[in-house]
Amino acid sequence: MQAKRSVVALSVAAAFALSACGQKEEPKPVAASAPAAKPEVVVKLGHVAPMTGPQAHLGKDNENGAVLAVEELNARGMEIGGAKVKFELINEDDQADPKQGSIVAQKLVDAKVNGVIGHLNSGTTIPASKLYADAGIPQISGSATNPKYTQQGFATAFRVMANDVQQGKSLGEFAVKQGVKTVAIVDDRTAYGQGLADEFKKAAEASGLKVVATEYTNDKATDFKAILTKIKSTKAELVFFGGMDAQGGPMAKQMKELGIKAKFLGGDGICTPEFMKLGGPATEGQFCSLPGMPLEKLAKGPEFKERFTKKFGAEIQLYAPYVYDAVMVMADSMKRADSVDPAKFLPAVGKTKYDGVTAMIEFDALGDLKGGAISIYQYKGGKLEYVETLGGSSIESAKADIKADVKEAVADVKDAAKAVAGAATAVGKEAVGDVKDAAKAAAAAGKDAVKAGAAAVKDAADATKAAVEKK
Amino acid sequence: MDIFLQQIINGLVQGSIYALVALGYTMVYGIMGLINFAHGEVVMIGTLVTITVAGSLLKAGMPVALAGLAGLIAAVLVCMALGWALERVAYRPLRNAPRLTPLITAIGMSIVLQNLAMMIWGRNYLTFPSLLPKVDFELAGANFTAIQIIIVLVSAATMGGLLLLVYRTKLGMAMRATAQNPAVASLMGVNINRVIAAAFVIGSALGAVAGVMVGTYYEIAHYQMGFMLGLKAFTAAVLGGIGNLAGAMLGGILLGIIEALGAGYIGDLTGGFLGSHYQDIFAFVVLIVVLMFKPSGLFGEKTGDRA
Repeated sequence: MQAKRSVVALSVAAAFALSACGQKEEPKPVAASAPAAKPEVVVKLGHVAPMTGPQAHLGKDNENGAVLAVEELNARGMEIGGAKVKFELINEDDQADPKQGSIVAQKLVDAKVNGVIGHLNSGTTIPASKLYADAGIPQISGSATNPKYTQQGFATAFRVMANDVQQGKSLGEFAVKQGVKTVAIVDDRTAYGQGLADEFKKAAEASGLKVVATEYTNDKATDFKAILTKIKSTKAELVFFGGMDAQGGPMAKQMKELGIKAKFLGGDGICTPEFMKLGGPATEGQFCSLPGMPLEKLAKGPEFKERFTKKFGAEIQLYAPYVYDAVMVMADSMKRADSVDPAKFLPAVGKTKYDGVTAMIEFDALGDLKGGAISIYQYKGGKLEYVETLGGSSIESAKADIKADVKEAVADVKDAAKAVAGAATAVGKEAVGDVKDAAKAAAAAGKDAVKAGAAAVKDAADATKAAVEKK
Repeated sequence: MDIFLQQIINGLVQGSIYALVALGYTMVYGIMGLINFAHGEVVMIGTLVTITVAGSLLKAGMPVALAGLAGLIAAVLVCMALGWALERVAYRPLRNAPRLTPLITAIGMSIVLQNLAMMIWGRNYLTFPSLLPKVDFELAGANFTAIQIIIVLVSAATMGGLLLLVYRTKLGMAMRATAQNPAVASLMGVNINRVIAAAFVIGSALGAVAGVMVGTYYEIAHYQMGFMLGLKAFTAAVLGGIGNLAGAMLGGILLGIIEALGAGYIGDLTGGFLGSHYQDIFAFVVLIVVLMFKPSGLFGEKTGDRA
């Protein structure tokens, strides 16, 4: 018996040692080692995404986005309320399961986190948001697009991505533009897939499209032949799928195998490299949408992509930039409120005006992203190609365009002035006789040109200002 | 009509996959009355091993047919070893324990294998290399591919082979004897340990074949793919009468066809009240009805002896 007990003790000790090894080996803040004698505050940020299950690849992508943000924040070294702040990420796995989502949410609430980033899926985000709201913990999701999330009236719920009302509408408009008349809709019965499909249906029907079939699958399925056969019998010209890449890819493939020639269209869930990998050649020419502008078209996009791939040696799957921004918005709000206390910095989150990687982030009264744009992409030659940006009007991009135009105009004027000055000196050198007159004339001409240029720039600026205001 | 035919083909192929997996369940159950819930994971490991082996051989420039064959053989060998190890490590020490204990162990092994696979192969979906040429056929407006025909043929052949093994060989006789009464069989000179290990090894080899078929058909694989497949195959085995080889085959095909027809027609039959997400209702209603009138399944033998 004694021996047995000691074995148990040993194994318990071993288990402890193991779990200790499993923990991240970040140096714990030790007061003595801090030379600047400033107090250090640890800010705990909860991050939740499915780390196991069919969407684990997207969960990992989200986590990478959050890890990158936290590491950069810590490297930068922020000071809030006179104390040095160290951000710590607590990663939780909700398995994309609403029940599990609430369990880990409670865990984070009990751990007294200062803020929550996530969850990934709308289905887990919505039930979890109540727990965070009750505890007064600000929550920013980088990917939950179901409109219900922010419509529940919780002051703590925010998202940095356009919601499905905007997305469904844009996709509906896009479908009409493709010249199709009949559509079939498939959704995966998750809050996200169903929400997106419903919004798409509304938009499609409003613009005169006929919905000839509504079919359902689930977020773990691999075989879609039965519902696709049904869709085939309706001769729909376009199949819309509200769901994720793990189902979308095989679905596109099985459509081809069944000889269905309809176009395939989906939302952000299938706008991933994974979709292409799983669907193979069947994804060629298919369309999907992503909230926001393409990363390459954003000022900080390409640079973010480079940092991300350098750090993780992996491609960005989908939401990593949004999650990155979500962390940054949280930190920025704390900074502005000069407090890491959720009760104190929560009001600051609503007043965010943060120039993030994905967009200029500002929230409306509900906590939704203001003016979220939707971009449509097409799979072409094994690549995701940008087609166009729709809906939610992109004031920010317009502003950026105007800025660039003005800059260009100023540069032109400068060039002109330089040329004039050059000409003037040249003229002056040649005609030694009446140097003064020629120089004077030239200078006057130059002045006039510059003046005219300046006036033109002013006009242009006024016009663009007016345009922006109109928008 | 072409749509109906297409749905039947869909169901037949899906059902053949269920049947192939169900054979593994039913074989082990028939001999020792244990539901090996880790069988779905054995299938998954078979698929993933094939991806690794065939994928890397293809990359090295080996012809497709050879790489595919090597992948299949590797998968079968790995799964046989796995089946043997499962029996030796997880089930043999519990052979005389109450029946609930090995069942819980089986579920535990299923979780262990899933997580092991996640650590080895990662969380991402993996693409299965295209091992068979894409040949499409059309019959009266229904489309099907070469791989679908192969799946149906392979599962039928496997079942035939198993029947031969059980009813025409010495090992088969030993298996049947062990199934009837292990104690008496061992008194008659049957090495029970070896017979049970053989059942696990053969069942796992079938699982590997099923894994390769699933992989070739859907061309995707994932460390959790075995769970749902295992559950459906288990249902099929129960439907057909667990412990009976022909029953597993029939149950699998029946389940596949009921599912396909259910998904295809439930919306129209209920006037849109129930959509295709209720497709499983059909399968389980049939299961419940069968079990109500024939508790041992369609082909099940009487269960009195066993329990």
